[in-house]
Amino acid sequence: MLEIFQYGFMQKAFLVGLLIAIITPCIGMIVVLKRLSMIGDSLSHNSLAGVAAGLAFGFNPILGAVIFSVTAAFGIERIRKAFPQYAEIAIAVIMSTGIGFAGVLSGFVKNSANFTGFLFGSIVAITDFELYIVIGLSSIVMLAVLLLYKELFYVTFDEESARLAGVPIKIVDFIFTLLTAITISISARTVGALVISSLMVLPVATAMQFARSYKQTMIYSIFIAIFCTMIGLYISYYGGLKPGGTIVLVGVLVLLLGIGYKNIIRKNFLKKVSKGKTI
Amino acid sequence: MKNLVEVNNLNFGYKETLILKDISFTIHRGDFLGIIGANGSGKSTLIKMMLKVLVPWSGEIKMFGENIQTLKSWNKVGYISQKVNSFNGSFPATVEEVVLANLYSKIGRFKLPHKKHKEKVYEALEKVGMQEHSKSLIGSLSGGQQQRVFLARVLVGDPEILILDEPTVGIDLKAEEALYCLLARINKELGLTVIMVTHDIGAITVHANRLICLGENGMFEHNPKEGMKSEFVSEFYGYDVNLHTHKCDKCDQGEVKSC
Ligand SMILES: Nc1ncnc2c1ncn2[C@@H]1O[C@H](COP(=O)(O)OP(=O)(O)OP(=O)(O)O)[C@@H](O)[C@H]1O
Ligand SMILES: [Mg+2]
Repeated sequence: MLEIFQYGFMQKAFLVGLLIAIITPCIGMIVVLKRLSMIGDSLSHNSLAGVAAGLAFGFNPILGAVIFSVTAAFGIERIRKAFPQYAEIAIAVIMSTGIGFAGVLSGFVKNSANFTGFLFGSIVAITDFELYIVIGLSSIVMLAVLLLYKELFYVTFDEESARLAGVPIKIVDFIFTLLTAITISISARTVGALVISSLMVLPVATAMQFARSYKQTMIYSIFIAIFCTMIGLYISYYGGLKPGGTIVLVGVLVLLLGIGYKNIIRKNFLKKVSKGKTI
Repeated sequence: MKNLVEVNNLNFGYKETLILKDISFTIHRGDFLGIIGANGSGKSTLIKMMLKVLVPWSGEIKMFGENIQTLKSWNKVGYISQKVNSFNGSFPATVEEVVLANLYSKIGRFKLPHKKHKEKVYEALEKVGMQEHSKSLIGSLSGGQQQRVFLARVLVGDPEILILDEPTVGIDLKAEEALYCLLARINKELGLTVIMVTHDIGAITVHANRLICLGENGMFEHNPKEGMKSEFVSEFYGYDVNLHTHKCDKCDQGEVKSC
C-alpha cells in the first residue's frame, strides 16, 4: 500500500502536491468570492505559454511559466487602469495573448509529449530544481496570505469600506494578482495548466457547503484540497492516469458527495419538523 | 473646533451639466443632518464628494478643519452606503468577522487581532442590539439586522462623523423606525454627528435637527422644527408629494432600546 513512498520521485510528487494543495484554495477562495474565476484561466494560459517557451528555447519550463504569468499579472493591472469599470476586459485581453503565445510557441517544441504533460500534469518528471522553486515560492504565498489575511478579507467583502478604513486597496489587489500568478505557474507540472483553475474553485465550493465562517471556509477548503490531491496522486500512480485530471475528478466527486450529504441532512431536518407538528 | 464639516461653494457635474450648484453649508459637532431631494438631485454625488471619491469642479470641503484632499484621519469618518443591501449575500463571513474587519487600522498592518479587539466588536454589537448574532453568517440575517451589523461595523472604529446614504432602502417600516431611533440615540448618547440622505421625509423631520434640501436650483436649508408641508416638499421635488406623519413616542421617552 505504502510502497509508493519509497520512490524518490513519488516523495517529491507528494510534497509538491501538498504545498500546492495548501496554497491553491487560499487564493481560490478569494477568486471565487470576488467572482473573478476568469483570472485563473487567464493566468494559466499564460503560464502554458511560458512552459512552451521554456521547452522550445531550452530553459526550465516552470521558470518560464512563472515569468510569463507574473508578466501577465502586471499586464492585467496595466490594462485595468485603462478600463477601470471593466475588470473582465483586461482579463480577457491577457488571456487571448496567452493563448496566442502558447499556440505559436508550442510549434517550436520538438517533443510534444513533454508539452502535453503540462496540460494535465505528470508526477514522474519533477526535478530537484523545480522542487526548490515550488518550496520557495509556495512559502512566499503562504506567508503573504497569512500576513494579508485581514486586508484580503476586507477588500473581498466590501472594497469601498475597506478603502475608507485605510486598507491600501491597489497594493493589496496587486499583490494578490501576483500571488495568483505564482500559484498557478508552479502548479503547472503536477496538476497541469488546464486543470489548476478548477482546482482553485472545487475545494472552496465544497467547503462553502459546510463552513460557518470565513476562517472555517479557508481551513476546510485547505483540508479538502489536501485530501483530494493525495487521493488523486495515489490513484493516478496505481492506475497510470494523468494526476491533474484524476485530482480534479476526485474533487468533483467530493463536491457531489458534499452536496448530497447536505441534502440528506436537510430532508431529515424537515422530517423532524413535520413530525414535531403532528405530535 | 465646532465646525466638523465645511462645504464652500461646491460645483460639480459628471458631464457638461452641473448637478451640484454652489453648495455651501457647515455641520457642527453633534448635529443630526438630513439631506433630502428628488431622485437624481445629487445627494449621493454630494456624499461621494465628502468621502473624496469624486473631486469637485470648484469649491472645497473641509473636515475637522482640514481640506479633505489632504485629510489623513479618515478613520474618524464612518460611512454606510446606499448599496449595503446588494452585497454578496452568500459571502461566508460571520457578523463578528464583518465588524472586526473595520478595526483594521487599530489592529495594524500585518498583525492579528487581540482579545481586546474582540471585546470592542462585542461592545459595538451590543450598541446596536446584535450581540446574540455574533456567530451568525451575515447572509442569514434579515435586511434590517444586516443594516444594524453594518452600523456596528462603522461604530467599532469610534468615528466622529457617521454618513449614511439611504440606509432604510429595502427594510420594513418597523425596522426603519428602529433604525431611526437607534441613530437618534447614537447621536444623543454617544455624541456622534450624523449625516443622512433619505427619502423618509416624515421620519427625518422628526429626528434631524437640521435639514438640507437639494433641488434643481441648488440647495436650501429648512428648520425641521417648523415641520414639513406637502406643498413645500412638492415644490423642490418638482412633483406632488403627500407626506405621512411619523411618530416615535418611545424614542422621546428614552426607551429607544426597545423600539
Ligand atoms: N457615475 C456617473 N456618471 C454620470 N452621471 C452620473 C453618475 N452618477 C450619477 N450620475 C447622474 O448624476 C445625477 C445625480 O445622481 P445621484 O446619484 O447623486 O442622485 P441622488 O440624489 O442620490 O438620487 P437617488 O435618490 O436616486 O439616490 C443623476 O442625474 C445621475 O444620472
Ligand atoms: Mg442616491
